[in-house]
Amino acid sequence: MSKAILVDTTRCIGCGACVSACQEANGLPENDDTQLTAQTLNVVETHGEVFVRRFCMHCLDPTCASVCPVGAFRKTASGPVVYDADRCMGCRYCMMACPFSIPRYEWNAVLPKVSKCTMCAPRQAKGQQPACTEACPVEASVFGERDELIAEARRRIRENPSGYMGHIYGEDEAGGTSVLYLSAVPFESLGLPVDVPHDPLPMYTYRVLSKIPSLVSLGSVLLGGIWWITNRRNEVARAEGTGGEESGGDDQ
Amino acid sequence: MTWTRLPKLTFWRAVLVVILAAGFYSTLLRFTKGLGAATALSDRFPWGLWIGFDVLCGVGLAAGGFTLAAVVYIFHLERFHPILRPTILTAFLGYALVAVALLFDLGRPYRIWHPLIMWNPRSVMFEVAWCVMLYLTVLALEFSPVVFERFGWRKPLKIVRSMTIVLVIAGVLLSTLHQSSLGSLYLIVPSKLHPLWYSPLLPVFFFVSAIAVGLAMVIFESNLSARAYSREIEMPLLADLGKAMAVVLAFYGLMRLEDVISRGAGRYLLKPTSETVLFGLEVLLGIAVPLAMLFVRRVRENREGLFAAAVLVITGFLLNRLNVSITGMEGFSGTLYFPKWTEVAVTLSLVGVAFALFALAVRYLDLFGPQPSDAVARREEAISRVTG
Repeated sequence: MSKAILVDTTRCIGCGACVSACQEANGLPENDDTQLTAQTLNVVETHGEVFVRRFCMHCLDPTCASVCPVGAFRKTASGPVVYDADRCMGCRYCMMACPFSIPRYEWNAVLPKVSKCTMCAPRQAKGQQPACTEACPVEASVFGERDELIAEARRRIRENPSGYMGHIYGEDEAGGTSVLYLSAVPFESLGLPVDVPHDPLPMYTYRVLSKIPSLVSLGSVLLGGIWWITNRRNEVARAEGTGGEESGGDDQ
Repeated sequence: MTWTRLPKLTFWRAVLVVILAAGFYSTLLRFTKGLGAATALSDRFPWGLWIGFDVLCGVGLAAGGFTLAAVVYIFHLERFHPILRPTILTAFLGYALVAVALLFDLGRPYRIWHPLIMWNPRSVMFEVAWCVMLYLTVLALEFSPVVFERFGWRKPLKIVRSMTIVLVIAGVLLSTLHQSSLGSLYLIVPSKLHPLWYSPLLPVFFFVSAIAVGLAMVIFESNLSARAYSREIEMPLLADLGKAMAVVLAFYGLMRLEDVISRGAGRYLLKPTSETVLFGLEVLLGIAVPLAMLFVRRVRENREGLFAAAVLVITGFLLNRLNVSITGMEGFSGTLYFPKWTEVAVTLSLVGVAFALFALAVRYLDLFGPQPSDAVARREEAISRVTG
């Protein structure tokens, strides 16, 4: 039971209705940014003949949620990855780590926040769909269950194999995302990062972090042991009057 | 030990004043107009000089503290005792610099304590935050006897001394975690960091290179303080450290080489990119040349030779950290980051303050122990060692 958005770039006409709807739903000022900014959570980019919406991918195992030292990001059960500005201390590790480079920062604010699409989590809580998918006049962006949207995407590819790349971007990228893309041209040419690993990125750091408890316990035993042995050796050496390393006790 | 014996200092004082004035302006700008006004950071390049230099390099250059504390207290190689105090102080100042730099870099610095109560153990940054807090405390306690002695506070002195070995073990463990965790920070950007530097072994590389640069820093500082305060230099001790540094460096170099080959990243070295040049410089200046120098006994046991090798190791280390944090990330980001002068001014101010504090400590605290010329004190110490 996890919601997702399917973006079919072959259908998008670049009208910008999703952008306006996003601004209105999030109370953001109207602007004509061509890239994501702290004030623009959804943008329609033009790559050659193709229009591509860019917004948060809402990863199934989000990198931002795993790297945030204070747990300001959270993947909700229903799909959206949400941000709690009250916890954020502004280290910007989320921006560094996001494989899709989505989070933006209020660089000119004295008390800045991170900003990114929330998949309209507040609207979803009221049983509504995200503003962008509701506004799309040609169903280039549709909202639904992730499983069903993947089945729908596969159907479109199967029925028109020459009209689509045989891959659903977001099905496996970064371990899978709640935003899925279909395209007629290579995803690279749409500005989507294609080097993103297909396993969840949080594992890359967790593999190391999970070793800390054993490192600490082993390390303290090892260091304590070395201390005891070298200390004892010096004591014995002193007692036998053969010198050894001079020991002045434990004073600095 | 007075200021008047150091005529050069007036010049350096003037430089410090200029730097601090620029730093003061930059600080005002940063905290009244935001990060955008004071830095060249952007959505495409969210971490710059303050993380790349102040934090990553600051922590690394402080690594002499835990290395030498382990040598003296855990391995009981007590002949290194005379250079321990200035090293611990350098480490403490280095970490204090890191903490202050974080206050500048964090978007909301007044929330720096949040990791205390808001936990996310899956985050490397969470580990980093705790390591900074805990190790800064340990370093303060490790250095506190020097201050207690100065004021003759016997009771706290006794308490801290009784904890020495526990503090040292905690310090070594925290340093191990912290040095390596700074490398782990970059494990999560496999598609963003240039393949010449991205490696699953980053935490190991950061730790091993920190030990090498820690030793280099001890050699470097000993030379500087000997020069500035006209003290005799502990050359046999430093030559031994140089030998240890060569071993660590050789190990580090072999690991880096094996890593680049086994990941198939060697092919990037054939491309004429700025990354290739920077990688080459880093390996040549920071590993190959100093290693060759240190293997020659005549160079290793020569004051200038050893000092030059240490400077090279430090240079290579700085290059490595800046390559991982800045230049290695620029290719993916599609932008060129170059720090604004205000960022540089803050960094220089912090370094300047650290130098000034070190000079003050030399003046007011017993940092180096008895001077070789001070024969009476030395005899007294020798007696107290035998009897105590």
